[in-house]
Amino acid sequence: MQSQLPLYPEQASNFAPQVDSLMLFITAICVFFATAITVAIVYFFFKFHRKNPNDVGAPIHGDARLEAAWLIIPLILAMGMFSWGAVVYVDYRHAPKDTLDVYVIGKQWMWKAQQPNGLKEINELHVPAGRNVRLILASEDVIHDFFVPAFRVKMDVVPGHYNTMWFRPTKPGRYHFFCSQYCGTNHAIMGGWVTVMEPSDYAAWLSGSSGGNANPVVAGEKLFAEKTCITCHIADGTGRAPSLNGLYGAQVLLADGSTVTADESYIRESILQPNAKIVARYQPLMPTFQGQLTEEQILALIAYIKSLQSQPVPAKGSGIAPPTGKK
Amino acid sequence: MSDTPNPLPGHNMPHEDYLNATYGIRSWLLTTDHKRIALLYLGSVTFFFFIGGIFATMIRIHLLTPTGALVTPETYNKLFTMHGVAMIFFFLIPSIPAVLGNFLIPLMIGAKDLAFPKINLLSWYIYIVGGCFVLYSFGTGGLDTGWTFYTPLSSVYSNSAVTPAVIGIFINGFSSILTGLNFIVTIHTMRAPGMTWFRLPLFVWAHYATSLVMVLGTPVVAITLLLAGLERMFHLGFFNPALGGDPILFQHLFWFYSHPAVYIMVLPAMGVVSEIIPTFARRPIFGYSFIAGSSIAIAVIGFLVWAHHMFVTGESAYAALTFSFLSYLVAIPSAVKVFNWTSTLYKGSISWDTPMLYALGFIGLFVIGGLTGLFLACLGLDIHIHDTYFVVAHFHYIMVGGAVMGYVGGLHFWWPKITGRLYPEALSRAAAITLFVGFNLTFFPQFILGYLGMPRRYHTYPPEFQVLNVLSTAGASILALGYLLPMAYLTWSMRYGKVAGQNPWPATGLEWKTDSPPPTENFQATPEVTWEPYDYLNRPDLGLTAGSPLPAPAHGDD
Repeated sequence: MQSQLPLYPEQASNFAPQVDSLMLFITAICVFFATAITVAIVYFFFKFHRKNPNDVGAPIHGDARLEAAWLIIPLILAMGMFSWGAVVYVDYRHAPKDTLDVYVIGKQWMWKAQQPNGLKEINELHVPAGRNVRLILASEDVIHDFFVPAFRVKMDVVPGHYNTMWFRPTKPGRYHFFCSQYCGTNHAIMGGWVTVMEPSDYAAWLSGSSGGNANPVVAGEKLFAEKTCITCHIADGTGRAPSLNGLYGAQVLLADGSTVTADESYIRESILQPNAKIVARYQPLMPTFQGQLTEEQILALIAYIKSLQSQPVPAKGSGIAPPTGKK
Repeated sequence: MSDTPNPLPGHNMPHEDYLNATYGIRSWLLTTDHKRIALLYLGSVTFFFFIGGIFATMIRIHLLTPTGALVTPETYNKLFTMHGVAMIFFFLIPSIPAVLGNFLIPLMIGAKDLAFPKINLLSWYIYIVGGCFVLYSFGTGGLDTGWTFYTPLSSVYSNSAVTPAVIGIFINGFSSILTGLNFIVTIHTMRAPGMTWFRLPLFVWAHYATSLVMVLGTPVVAITLLLAGLERMFHLGFFNPALGGDPILFQHLFWFYSHPAVYIMVLPAMGVVSEIIPTFARRPIFGYSFIAGSSIAIAVIGFLVWAHHMFVTGESAYAALTFSFLSYLVAIPSAVKVFNWTSTLYKGSISWDTPMLYALGFIGLFVIGGLTGLFLACLGLDIHIHDTYFVVAHFHYIMVGGAVMGYVGGLHFWWPKITGRLYPEALSRAAAITLFVGFNLTFFPQFILGYLGMPRRYHTYPPEFQVLNVLSTAGASILALGYLLPMAYLTWSMRYGKVAGQNPWPATGLEWKTDSPPPTENFQATPEVTWEPYDYLNRPDLGLTAGSPLPAPAHGDD
């Protein structure tokens, strides 16, 4: 339990201690300058108070060395703040390889989360302590923002593309999460609780309340057939479109010679705007599915495509770039 | 203070001045005199400040309890949106430039008027038309998008009166552009003989920098809001992803103007402070060319930092690093100004008159506002405090603690010039201190609220945040008193204040070498400038050097 008037929120993720140290560092510098200026002003204010109505001050016009000093010293300190901030930020933006991926969808005015096994939660999010968790964030309508003060993490949830964020919860407990981007009438109640559990409790919780038919891979496979994706994207590479085996996470060679990593955003874009990035050696034949799929259906398709990651890649008929360099 | 006009010995109101040269409503509504137009603006921006202030009061009362004490969520969202729109577009941006700048720039450079007097009047009418559209929006359903109008909330999902509001702000933009243009041309072409660039008052330098931002930035926000309006009215897909648009594009365009707009608000206030401090320390300003140059540097670098408002939108890490770096750079010229102002106090002859209290209050609040900007520019830290009350506190310290303290301080400094009369000194000092204390009590707790994680724009909040919210509301009631007092005694002084005379402080600027209030044509004869700025030693005409008669100071320090 914290004091009645805490100055910082609980520290419950890998980022929290880093951010709080950074906060202390910048606060120390700023308090120093604010105090120095205040003391100088107050001292001068009394020391040089006009004694005589006709007095004038000393004709001092400036000093080049002082000007240089207060240009350069603040600049150096500012670069220090910038650099430390940049280091922490790079950590925020580079998720480790082996993450537990949870999909989070924001809509006016609720949050839906989907665990890897398909378990769905509303305005609740359960995560295991000590595990790197990655949230893949999508919005059904306007811009929202997923903010967990105790984790010191925040990311906008923008309609039309995916943002991701990661963290490693360090302390079991229940923590507020908020919508932090104004999103209309009930913005202030669009929040809930993150529950950080011991890994064993988390596993028990997952298996205890899982519904098998909700599995997104199964739902995605069904959609893959229903939406006739399967007629072109044939697994053995003999179709009019590339096989999707082994696609997720691989480099895809595009018609313009560049490559792109097949992550969630790329797969989403390829479903909704198939002509945005054309795979090398394939014709732009695919129709757009913009407006025909809900965000949850898109996520199910992505989950299915991700499940094909370990399937054998056909020698011909895949979009995956051949390995570069000698091996 | 007696109830009747009580001229000091030797001071009488001028026989004819810009206020009594002509009479009647037509003489005001069709005037091309920059001083009268400044007063038209004074009335209209005060009106919008009052409206915005009422909304702010309701917001603070509502937040007394975690569940919200006063209004429904819809109404609360409208209150903070309309508070922002009224205050930013119709009070803060025009306040110092259109009131004090309009009044003073020709006087300070020894000109008869601005370069384009009719365009100056047109600016005011455009402002009024734009203001009417916005008031129409407020009155017919209100506005609930936030003053930032983020898409697709504003362009698709909001059910409030967005269209008239964006049209009003679009129209109002032209007022700002024309004012900026007028100032730039005037400063270039209408300086009196001897008024070289480096003899210009720093107030004029600050307005020159501000005008550049107005002319270059305002068209962008005007077009951006128009595009959002077109998307809303005609379903053209600019920002709505369902129509192939990009909601993040809106933010880039919006902040390209709206970040520099902060400098439109605070640069003129810095100009005011740069006039007040040497006057009441009675010595040359420390580092004239550094203060002048830093205004230009702020205007230029200020255009290159906009995407620091977008660190959590998922923008590329390289963009974020670049914009964080540039945001730290723009802090340096502001720091230079603060150090120079502080040094100007050293070995000065400091009086404790009201304008000086405002100027020093400005420095104190601007330092806190500016330094907390360093927290937000820091990438690793901004992620946590972005869109929380920390940001709310930060920009109120800059825009209210900075810009409004500067504006009210400037009003007090030039009030004798504008009206020819002085206000009650003890009361005005008490008001300045009330404002300073009330402001800090209102907004300092919000920094802590923000770091604790309270998001902004929340009509209800978890109970652990209540204590700090109650403190903030208590401060706001003191703050409100601090604003009402000057409104009351300044109005009173227009009729009953002591007659000020030409130069009550005395100050060194050209505007003090003509009558108070000045004649319509500003000067009886075109003045010639032979002195350096803020030079008290070589100015026998100020009556301060040995052997010269006492200047009959407006208020001694008892």
